[in-house]
Amino acid sequence: MTRSMLVMLALAAGMFAVAPWMIDAAPYEATMGLVYKIYFFHMPSAWMFLTAAIVAGVASFRLLFLKRPRADHWVTAAAELAVLFGAFTLVSGPLWARKAWGVWWVWDARLTSSLMLFMIFVAYTLLKKYGGPGSDKLGAGLALFGMANVPFIYVSVNYWRTFHPPTSVVPTLPVEMGIPLWYCVTAFTLLFIILLRMRARLEYQRERVEALYLAEDEA
Amino acid sequence: MSSFLRVAWVVVKKDLTVEVRSLEILSTTMFFAVTVVLMFSFGLVVDGRPLNDVAAAILWVAIAFSGTLALGRTFERERQHDTLRALLLAPADRPALYVGKLVGILLLLGLVELVLVPLVGLLFNAPVIAQAIPLAGLVILGTLGFASVGTLFAAMLVRARSRDVLLPIMLYPMTVPVMIAGVRGTAALFQPTPDPAVAQFWLALLAAFDVVFVTLALWTFEPVMTE
Repeated sequence: MTRSMLVMLALAAGMFAVAPWMIDAAPYEATMGLVYKIYFFHMPSAWMFLTAAIVAGVASFRLLFLKRPRADHWVTAAAELAVLFGAFTLVSGPLWARKAWGVWWVWDARLTSSLMLFMIFVAYTLLKKYGGPGSDKLGAGLALFGMANVPFIYVSVNYWRTFHPPTSVVPTLPVEMGIPLWYCVTAFTLLFIILLRMRARLEYQRERVEALYLAEDEA
Repeated sequence: MSSFLRVAWVVVKKDLTVEVRSLEILSTTMFFAVTVVLMFSFGLVVDGRPLNDVAAAILWVAIAFSGTLALGRTFERERQHDTLRALLLAPADRPALYVGKLVGILLLLGLVELVLVPLVGLLFNAPVIAQAIPLAGLVILGTLGFASVGTLFAAMLVRARSRDVLLPIMLYPMTVPVMIAGVRGTAALFQPTPDPAVAQFWLALLAAFDVVFVTLALWTFEPVMTE
């Protein structure tokens, strides 16, 4: 771990330790009461989920078309983070929905497209783990197609049925809710960047160790 | 361009010749599709009457399942004799090889669907003949969308381990829009009073999906198939 990673890690840990107080200080929402506070972790993790998917897509493009083999480390790191934050989003969402809508799950456009995107990245990790040699390019192809697929999933499910509160809710929040929300977004972004860098670095080192083993075998 | 089409045609002809001699993939896939329809019917028909929209759902699930089977078998044949490597070594455009394989799969699935669609119509009393033209549009565009992604993935997976399970794992989440559009569009046509406007919307979505994914597959086939 490099020094800058340590500093960022300490900062993120500090921010997450303070986050419960920040969220506690935010006022109650009139209709939903306490339960809406899940939102302070749900929305940032959903954003990080999408960011991870975009990073994976961009890195896949670099790997396949610009022939940068090291981009594979970034695809792997971003895809695993997409699974992590995706799982967090998909768990925290239903917890809220059970209270707000009375059901754990509805087949609305955003829920379903998030679930499908999550499944594509789970497929990616399975492919990397069990696909054997050559699965890096395969995975990049999968991630690239997954990115292209998001608008189609969204439109198709949207016409199928719809429920989720619209994105326009964020700028209309009162300031007392906005501050803790952006605080949490910052904390999650920091965590995301650290995990991404650490995982990509780990992947790079694993590849180097393998290369050294191979070199030793040949010697 | 003419050499592109010629290469694609040669690949199609090769696949057809191999298939016509044994009929292995066609016969097994067709029987499998019929079995899937029956299995789902046993699950979804209550008191002798099918639930709402079941015919459309069963038709598309059967297309997806038998499509996966046909894709897997087609490329397994190429792998067993290591002929995919020979194809890739040929001094030809890689995208042309992709188009050739895709057309071969489409012909195969088209034949399977010629049995599947009337069977669903027969068993579920669906108006497949009255709605033949829009239904054919949905089935053709849906199969193209499914097969365009599937051909690329199956080709990529030829060299991978546990490829038989990885193909559906990768393919099904990716073709969710095809499934939704196909099922909803078909269900709109199978209603007591058919709704062509709804079917048309889903047809348009399928067409857009096909354009994007065929283009993307032609574009990605070269880099992913290069060792």
